[in-house]
Amino acid sequence: MAWRDSRKSKSRLLLFISSIILGIAALVAINSFGENLKDDINGQAKELLGADLELGANRPDFVYPFVDSLDTEVSYENSFASMIYFPKNQESRLVDVRALEGEFPYYGIMETYPERAAQEFRQGGPKALVDQSVMIQYDVNIGDSVRIGRQTFVIEGQLLSSPSQSVAATLVAPAVYIPMDYLDDTKLILKGSRVFYRRFYKFNNLDEDYDLDARLEKDRKSLRQAGIRADTVEERKDETGQVFENLQNFLNLVAFVALLLGCVGVASAVHIYIKEKIKTVAILRCLGARGIDTFLIYLIQIAIIGLIGSVMGALLGTVIQTILPKVFADFLPVEVTLAISWKSILSGILIGLIISILFALNPLLGVRKASPLLTLRNSPEGKSSVRDPLRWLVYTGMVVFVVTFAFIQIQDLVDSLLFTLFIVLAFGFLALVARVSMWLVKRFFPVSWNYAWRQSLANLYRPNNQTLILIASIGLGTALITTLYFIQGLLINQVEVTTDNDRPNMMLFDIQTYQKDQIAEYTRESGLPVLQEVPVVTMRLQRINGITQTQVLTDSTNKYRNFLYNREFRVTYRDSLIDSETLAAGEIKKVANQGDSVFITMDKSFAEGQNLELGDELEWNVQGVPIKTYLGGFREIDWGRVQTNFLVLFPENVLEPAPQFHVLITRVGSTESGAVFQREIVKNYPNVSVIDIGLILNTVDDILGKISFVIRFMALFSIITGLLVLTGSVILSKYQRIKESILLRTIGGSRKQILTINTLEYFFLGSLASLSGIILSLAGSWGLAYFSFDSEFVPNLIPMVAVYLSITGLTILIGLFNSRGILSRPPLEVLRSEVN
Amino acid sequence: MLEVSNLTKTYKSGSKELTVLSDISFEIQAGDTFSIVGPSGSGKTTLLGLCAGLDRSSSGSVTLNGNRFDEMNEDQRAAVRNRYVGFVFQNFQLLPTLTALENVMVPMELRGERNIKKSAMELLSRVGLADRHDHYPTQLSGGEQQRISIARAFSNQPKILFADEPTGNLDEETSDKVEKLLFDLNREAGTTLVLVTHDLELAAKTERIIRIKGGQIISDTAQTSIDQQEKVISVE
Repeated sequence: MAWRDSRKSKSRLLLFISSIILGIAALVAINSFGENLKDDINGQAKELLGADLELGANRPDFVYPFVDSLDTEVSYENSFASMIYFPKNQESRLVDVRALEGEFPYYGIMETYPERAAQEFRQGGPKALVDQSVMIQYDVNIGDSVRIGRQTFVIEGQLLSSPSQSVAATLVAPAVYIPMDYLDDTKLILKGSRVFYRRFYKFNNLDEDYDLDARLEKDRKSLRQAGIRADTVEERKDETGQVFENLQNFLNLVAFVALLLGCVGVASAVHIYIKEKIKTVAILRCLGARGIDTFLIYLIQIAIIGLIGSVMGALLGTVIQTILPKVFADFLPVEVTLAISWKSILSGILIGLIISILFALNPLLGVRKASPLLTLRNSPEGKSSVRDPLRWLVYTGMVVFVVTFAFIQIQDLVDSLLFTLFIVLAFGFLALVARVSMWLVKRFFPVSWNYAWRQSLANLYRPNNQTLILIASIGLGTALITTLYFIQGLLINQVEVTTDNDRPNMMLFDIQTYQKDQIAEYTRESGLPVLQEVPVVTMRLQRINGITQTQVLTDSTNKYRNFLYNREFRVTYRDSLIDSETLAAGEIKKVANQGDSVFITMDKSFAEGQNLELGDELEWNVQGVPIKTYLGGFREIDWGRVQTNFLVLFPENVLEPAPQFHVLITRVGSTESGAVFQREIVKNYPNVSVIDIGLILNTVDDILGKISFVIRFMALFSIITGLLVLTGSVILSKYQRIKESILLRTIGGSRKQILTINTLEYFFLGSLASLSGIILSLAGSWGLAYFSFDSEFVPNLIPMVAVYLSITGLTILIGLFNSRGILSRPPLEVLRSEVN
Repeated sequence: MLEVSNLTKTYKSGSKELTVLSDISFEIQAGDTFSIVGPSGSGKTTLLGLCAGLDRSSSGSVTLNGNRFDEMNEDQRAAVRNRYVGFVFQNFQLLPTLTALENVMVPMELRGERNIKKSAMELLSRVGLADRHDHYPTQLSGGEQQRISIARAFSNQPKILFADEPTGNLDEETSDKVEKLLFDLNREAGTTLVLVTHDLELAAKTERIIRIKGGQIISDTAQTSIDQQEKVISVE
């Protein structure tokens, strides 16, 4: 019976199916991709690190006796930031120079073009591998020269990727590899230079089952004390996995949103379907069917159709899965294989089935109570059995489902509850808008308006109106899409704020004291302002209130963290605050005479996080010389500004004799003048590093562009599902309006009149829905900006107008496209078919 | 008022062609009451639809008050319907989303007339439903719905009224009331009435009866209420 009954309603059931296909497809695609990614990260774990163990420190002579006792192969890498200079076109750029010795990587490959360059650059002669993006940016080719410090290298090949370095990281600090033998010839490594020393080990005879991580855990404390960082395959795997788990959680939520829109589609499709079937139900009841029998007929129909939709969605998802590795290509640490994930497919089908049944149940429940009397006469509208306890059970089931599903996706109960609450509130708000609009139109009906306007306005509240269902489905879709758009804009905006014209955009680092005045003078001669000139002294904390690092390590109850003693502080000195700072507590005390106590100030949140209090005695090791100070004040610092900000600020007359370097900040007018200035600095002062903020911002923009591409791609699922739900809702509403249009046609309504009435009705519905959606998204985006991104949300009018116009336009277009048939068919034909 | 000439209507059913009406011709004068009778499937509703300009003929012509439907497009036919034609249907065909009063007002609204509420209320009073003016069709009985539909049919002061089994869905007592109302209003307004029915008693109340079978006229009988004398014009 369930099958026989569904035969004449295929088109409407098709809409129902299409509502869930995309949501399930998105879910299956993302989950399958995630499963494959997880497997690949596990399978290619050694390639991620390129070695069995990586040790690193900021001094070259560190030792780890355990490793030294093993039979190993070892490679050395010394890395530091430096300017490179291309003589071909006199361009220069800050890069991460990596001097390499040994056969690293032991697992996986260093990807280069040409392939042999990865080996050849270290086989004699001053040769370098330069990051591909830098070579493209500065238009240099293989065989050209690159100067690093005092040494010129021949570019042997392009570096495409290297283990232990994600592509995203290379965008910020692109790498240039040189052979270790030529490092000294650059003359860049001097006393006090900031170099990081890495060693990569390959164990030759270590037992496969040997638990390296357990061993490292045991030695962790002594390693930390020695300032040695250790990274194993397992750790790298976990870190990488963690990053991608976060990404996958986000993607899952996007899929979930598409699925939720699908739920709205399911609910509205079944709602209308059952409304049309209610006569059939009444006839069945007359013939003796029990309430439960008729209920089961439609439940079975919905379940079968839902299953078909879910299977189709799962198949589509499996196809889409093949595209995802290309979408995420720039972010993936490993090569992702394409395998069918049965787990994802089966869970997708199951979820689709649950959704179909759960969201169809509410309208379906009405079937049980359909009176056989309906065969004899129509009953008035609006007798929904709100008191039916089963209905409340269904509502509860829906909420439990959303919470559970959100929890499975994001693994955080509070967040899941908040997410669900937001969805429920959003629906509540949209329902309220619908009800209030209906009431307002009825209450303040413009009786003097033209007939078409009145008729279309009245359609908003008259029986069989589609106001609630269309506003809920279109409104929610609009809200989700607009929020996604707003947040993306917000993130990009945050970056753009820093590129304002009057902000500094170039920083010169590592200026030696004797070069300071020359460089400042040269800057001014070049017509550029010297916005800030800051001395920087590096130091370490030796004692806090008399407590040393050794004491902290041996006494676990101590309130000071070991981290404070390991950290290398870069400190400046002055007697006043700059415009990015405010004094939050204490005061700034000057040192007038030699021998006065030295009072320093610290960044408030940093100090509080480290349990430091005003008055604490801090003893510093300033490159061998101990200096005793007291914590005299806290500063609040706006770290968002492009300028030098310091955690620790000394007064004047203390650090002047200490070894120090200087930073100079300026603003260049154009990219060209910036390049000329940078080139001259690098040529004359090779030890000075120049950071072009504009370049960094371009890079960040580039990364954000890639991220927003991913977001847009994923949002596409929501948008297409939203459009399908919109189409579905409008097509379904057509069945409500078709009879009316035909009757109007019969009694003499012209094509224009009926078109106007329909257009206006869809215009009102589209407008109400999109405006409510936009309001919701404004609230949502404001909340996200305020609570999650800690920034101010200033909505942009243009996208709002664009969303409003496109959603309203689409509603009208789809509505009219669907009613075009009514106007071209003779009225008699339709009247005879009794319009079902 | 209405001139039907060699009217034929065929439908395509799969690869076959089905002739529903074949070579029908007759003429009705203004103010006449006229009925079309015949068994189910004889083509009487199709004939009514063609006469009222609700459908296009396959061949032949229908001229209503000087307007030839076969030469007009759907919009032009709609304008003629709105100006000259009233409808009463077996299943009432009221707009479910409009109240009784609004349903009566629609034809006038479509003509762009203003201040129509008063005349619509008068019509509702005439059919005895003024107190139900704000009810929706689903809140009215069958008889009441048909009375609203009669009020609507007369609201644009039609020259000709087409009624398709107007009492087909009503009980005997209600049927009698609706019949009386229909004929009374028709007489008062001087409208031409075309009735489609298989109720011979109802047909007998009109001045002329066309019998139709298999898509062809089998008799065309004029009658007077006094002598009930039949005059057979043509028998095929």
